[in-house]
Amino acid sequence: MKILKINTFNTKTIIKIIHGKENKVEREVVDVVIVGAGPAGIAAAMMLAKEGKEVVVLERGDYPGSKNVFGGAIYAQPTAEIFPEFWKSAPVERYNVEHRFALLGDNDGTVIGYRNEEHAREGHYNSFTVLRAKWDRWCAEQAEKAGAFIVPQTLVTQLIIEDGKVVGVKTEQEEFYARIVIVADGVNSLLAREAGFHPEIKPEAVALGVKEVIKLPKETIQDRFNLEGDSGVIYTIIGGPMQNMLGLGFIYTNIDSVVVGLGVSLNELKHQGLKPYELLNKFKQHPVIRPLIAGGELLEYSAHLIPEGGLNSMPPLYKDGVMITGDAAMLVNNIHWEGTNLALMSGKFAAETAVMALEKNDFSANTLSLYQKKLEESFVMKDLKSYKNVMPFAEKNSSILMGYYPKKVNEFFNQFISVDGIPKKQKYKSFIGNAFKERSIFKMISDLTGFARVGVGVIK
Amino acid sequence: MSEEKKLIPENIDDKLFTVKYNAGKESHLVPNQEDCKKCKDKPCTQFCPAHVYDWDEEQNKLLVGFENCLECGACRIGCNYQSISWKYPAAGCGVTFKHG
Repeated sequence: MKILKINTFNTKTIIKIIHGKENKVEREVVDVVIVGAGPAGIAAAMMLAKEGKEVVVLERGDYPGSKNVFGGAIYAQPTAEIFPEFWKSAPVERYNVEHRFALLGDNDGTVIGYRNEEHAREGHYNSFTVLRAKWDRWCAEQAEKAGAFIVPQTLVTQLIIEDGKVVGVKTEQEEFYARIVIVADGVNSLLAREAGFHPEIKPEAVALGVKEVIKLPKETIQDRFNLEGDSGVIYTIIGGPMQNMLGLGFIYTNIDSVVVGLGVSLNELKHQGLKPYELLNKFKQHPVIRPLIAGGELLEYSAHLIPEGGLNSMPPLYKDGVMITGDAAMLVNNIHWEGTNLALMSGKFAAETAVMALEKNDFSANTLSLYQKKLEESFVMKDLKSYKNVMPFAEKNSSILMGYYPKKVNEFFNQFISVDGIPKKQKYKSFIGNAFKERSIFKMISDLTGFARVGVGVIK
Repeated sequence: MSEEKKLIPENIDDKLFTVKYNAGKESHLVPNQEDCKKCKDKPCTQFCPAHVYDWDEEQNKLLVGFENCLECGACRIGCNYQSISWKYPAAGCGVTFKHG
């Protein structure tokens, strides 16, 4: 079936000089081949197809989305740039009206939430929870309707490089030639590595995410999470069994399921000899989490890597004939739980660059450098630049950021609300006394200046 | 309590039972056993989210349950020697997420 479709493209004769002899090689060359039908690949395919370009997307899974995992929410504004008014027909779960932040101790916790009714109104939506198997499939169908060819169950094994230029890809069965190749094969990006874009990722540059999709009745979810209709809530969680660790927990609400998971630096897991699913079990048993999912049924367990190295671990984004997008390019803003939106935008910018290059009939690195320029002028690189020092800081100070201070917050509230016959003044004194006993005033001042320095780094 | 445990299992094998797989004939994960023998803490046996790896003392060998692999790539990056040959399973094989 896929061969039939591809035969409809124009063929182009390429003249190759081999050993001084002129060989004419008949090749089918399409405008763009995209590797991977995730958000980056599909965004690129959608934009290219709309411009009338020949575009083929090769996807290793049984269907787009079948290999894909994330926490739980896509953002309305960037998604609508690719799929206008997607919420009217796409398989979205809930529109989020609230974000809760939880600091967990061993058996206690402090939760604050920010709720905004505006985000329940069309035109003001902020984010939606989605399940990737359904969502990515829908996105791919839109690209297909726009004229892109999506070829599932096709594993790309390597890039074809001739005279230093990328000219196509090899699959298990055949070769696809293209004027431009867009690499969108995700965090493991074997292609980028094999083509020498960057060396192996270091364990400190990735987080390992594990999560469970837990089935609960719609009404139960609404009651437990204080939700009306199809509105939803997101939890970002620090501490609990992850005290002192560079890791975050999360909860997302779907229509009739709840997602509970966590992402922890692979380095941390490795050095502490932890099993991620056991950490998740403990996390789900925490008194702040347990009642939210009680009585639920596990629908699916999954795991995925999150590239968290940011700007410091980014590979070159283009070379002759090729551009790298999304997770494959390490485009994740982990401070704000953003990944799919950066992927979508990078796919869009790569497509716009490809359109320009096709018009010029010039696929050199020089021409494709426009892609990097577009990323740099957008929020994508600007945000990654703002936060480039946050992760190294958090890594160095994870025990105080994820342990000491959250614990102190819980201790404070415990003292504040408890009625136990101890005079308040004595309570405050002992709270302050203990705080300084466990961490010296000099260390606290140095923490403070550290926070300030990183904070200023973000806004400057 | 026991009823609840059944619905949300704690055991990794029961968790993996919720995942749809189509195992290929050959392992797409091939550790370098010489490195495994030298490796002190064998972290892959701990951090792999699908408990793919187990150390067999008798055979002095790393056992690879590739059929359970969630294709996350943690072992590829986290291996002390970074010497696990890690490929994607052949097209049509491996994990298929129903929810994701």
